[in-house]
Amino acid sequence: MADETRPGSTQGGDTAPGGDRGERRPPRSGPGGPRGEGGPGGRKYFRRKKVCKFCVEKIEAINYKDVRLLAQFVAESGKIVPRRLTGVCTPHQRRLSSAIKQARNIALLPFAGRAS
Amino acid sequence: MNRTYELMFIVRPDMTEEDQDKLISTLESAVTSTGGQVKNVERMGKRRLAYKVRKFHDGVYILLTVEGSGGLIHELERRLRVSEPVIKFLTVRIDEEQKRLNKIKAIRNARRKVSTTVATPEAAGEAPAVTA
Repeated sequence: MADETRPGSTQGGDTAPGGDRGERRPPRSGPGGPRGEGGPGGRKYFRRKKVCKFCVEKIEAINYKDVRLLAQFVAESGKIVPRRLTGVCTPHQRRLSSAIKQARNIALLPFAGRAS
Repeated sequence: MNRTYELMFIVRPDMTEEDQDKLISTLESAVTSTGGQVKNVERMGKRRLAYKVRKFHDGVYILLTVEGSGGLIHELERRLRVSEPVIKFLTVRIDEEQKRLNKIKAIRNARRKVSTTVATPEAAGEAPAVTA
């Protein structure tokens, strides 16, 4: 992930930590930033900034019962889609993930394979 | 006391309506005898299961919202486990979640009402990163 610190990216990097900051590549710059690099197929260039669907529509409760909502975030194989592809923010991805796991346990979503 | 739980269980598809009612009333009496309260019973009907459960491909889903202590749930789950027609169950505790949702709603309403004046101090720091 882009938030990892890079130890000593400069050559003669014995400067004070304050000085180091200038040398280190800031995490949000460049073509599309970390999201672009993490995208599929190693696309390095601009990726339109995805927004979290739950934040935008202000959906508070992610219930394990609404299968249609959950199924949007599940791949064909039944796997949970990573948030770098869907653009969901972290707290929502955590809740979504537990909701999907609950739904799987109660046979509303499959563990593997296409949802029949 | 006063924890709210949501108990969803799946019953065999070849079970009759009256047998289902009998099962539900047994559970309800178990709830009330231990001092709990049944908030809601919802039958979600027959659905296709996402995978085969005990050789069944369909099942009747029933949702029970119950208020009571933890021991009550222990008892209910024991009954569900031994009862033959129930093929799967899942218990979720929902009172914490309800508290969180109510809090967010309260903040939203307060914010809407106080829209002209300065926002309430709770709105600033309290709300978890849900609101945009």
